[in-house]
Amino acid sequence: MDINTVNTPIVDAQSPKRLRNNDKYRLFLMAVPFLFLAFLFSYLPLYGWIYAFYDYRPGIPLSASEFMGFDWFTSMISNEIQRQEVLRVLRNTFAISSLNIATSVLPVIFAVFLVELRSTRFKKIVQTLTTLPNFISWVLVYSFAFMLFSVDNGFLNNLLLDLGWISKPLNILASDDHTWMAMTLWSIWKGLGWGAIMYIAAITGIDQEIYEAARVDGAGRFRLMWHVTVPGIMPTFFVLLLLSIGNFINNGMEQFYVFQNAMNTNHIEVLDLYVYNIGMTNSNFGFATAVSMLKSLVSLFLLFVANTMSKVIRGDSIF
Amino acid sequence: MPTKEKFSLFHFINYAVFALITLICLFPFYYLFINTISNNDLSSRGLVMFYPKGIHFTNYMDVFKIPGLGQAALMSVGRTVIGTVLTVAASAFLGYLFTKQMWGRKFWYRFLVITMYFNAGLIPWYLTMLNLGLTNNFAAYVLPFIVQPFFIILVKTFVESTPIALQESAQIDGAGYFKVFTSIILPLITPILATIAIFSSVTQWNSFTDTLFLVTDQKLFTLQFILYRYMNEATSIAQLMKQSTGAMDLDLANMATPTSIRTTVSMVVVLPILLVYPFFQRFFVKGIMIGAVKG
Repeated sequence: MDINTVNTPIVDAQSPKRLRNNDKYRLFLMAVPFLFLAFLFSYLPLYGWIYAFYDYRPGIPLSASEFMGFDWFTSMISNEIQRQEVLRVLRNTFAISSLNIATSVLPVIFAVFLVELRSTRFKKIVQTLTTLPNFISWVLVYSFAFMLFSVDNGFLNNLLLDLGWISKPLNILASDDHTWMAMTLWSIWKGLGWGAIMYIAAITGIDQEIYEAARVDGAGRFRLMWHVTVPGIMPTFFVLLLLSIGNFINNGMEQFYVFQNAMNTNHIEVLDLYVYNIGMTNSNFGFATAVSMLKSLVSLFLLFVANTMSKVIRGDSIF
Repeated sequence: MPTKEKFSLFHFINYAVFALITLICLFPFYYLFINTISNNDLSSRGLVMFYPKGIHFTNYMDVFKIPGLGQAALMSVGRTVIGTVLTVAASAFLGYLFTKQMWGRKFWYRFLVITMYFNAGLIPWYLTMLNLGLTNNFAAYVLPFIVQPFFIILVKTFVESTPIALQESAQIDGAGYFKVFTSIILPLITPILATIAIFSSVTQWNSFTDTLFLVTDQKLFTLQFILYRYMNEATSIAQLMKQSTGAMDLDLANMATPTSIRTTVSMVVVLPILLVYPFFQRFFVKGIMIGAVKG
């Protein structure tokens, strides 16, 4: 059939007026099973917030549980022990998040200097190998940490003993010194190459003529980097920075769970891990849900703050 | 940007620093590998540091004699394959539907995107899974991953960038929505589906917390979970090994040790990623750049 001789109405996203009415519903019906799945795993759990108002114990139906009202929430502030706990966990969360945000300039520096390498082949190798750690699990990272820093026959201890720099092995993993720093270093090790990819892509997109013009004006290498490359990737950096502000209290839990032990729990317990420890390990579902709930609300608030900041400063929202 | 000039001090330092960073990223992988193939006795005393000593490959044979490890490998591979296939199919189809005039399209799109930024929290989610009967259930490894807003946005953006005329001509020939999807759209969006398949399979393979939250049945343990347990109870595992290999193993130097088990299982966990990594590398940038587009 020749396309040009046929004059049937065409159905597409660009011409809604010509749409046959029942097509809309047919399309929707096709999407329903998937939307239902999204409802099941993302919206249905919201009903569970009701547990924050009860003293719920697993095995006892909610109807038989004691109604607590806002007691779980007020106890975070009024109960001395609980207040200390919450403050400690918040301190860890803020410290680790702040360190992560502070070190988020490292991928930028990495990218800016990487594009200065002249050998394309070397550049490719560096990029490939530094991105690799991003694709392994935290469990495996812990396994690496164990091999390299273990107190009995770990790589580092054996090396330092051989060199005679230390006289007895350091127990790096089971100590609470510099826990925040150690966690940040692992995050950097895992995420540096990956984080730089976006900036490298952004640098590739910078107009070459700007470099030429700057060179004509007599700019040297560092001038070019500072006045052309860096401003070129600032918008990207800014969006990612705002996103990390939006996720300030969501550290995730996997990294901290695998590195957690009896010694360092004082400084490694971030909010997500704390919720797991009190809820899943100690079965204190009511209190854990109350903490979760506050966490969700605060992070929603932070997202709005980040988005508003973005609108004010860049004139464009993130979402 | 590279300027034409002779090799200067700046370049020398720049190369040296990047070589060092690359080494730091790579060394743990190398160190792990040489320890799995070295003499187990030396390895467990931490004497294998920079190059392998007394090379042998029996660890890789022995490790699969551990009860439950083969089953865990099956679980990991199973969830990765099934999960990835379902995720890719759902992302492709739903991403395509969202480019069409669906009833309430805008609303449902928001409905999905919101879930990226907001969740109810661990405990309510856990209790929901419990009530849905998704504890100790293989489905829990797959179902929650099927609909992922980020992937759907990727596909939607990609479909919108393809020429609409292709779809129109097929529709004139009488093809329905589904036919257009399978015969026109799917071949067009293969690159983005490859990207999604990579991200999805890596996520599935590396997934650890869902097993931790939802599974107590040994049959459903994944390799990641087993590895985590071996990190914490390697001594008893070594006992297990001795029993299972028994008097057959006269090679004392290469008897299974806690260290040999830990390193070999770690290697089994990381190997699939190392094998496919060179192939999926080129898909990164594309995926990330499209993902940078707003939902």
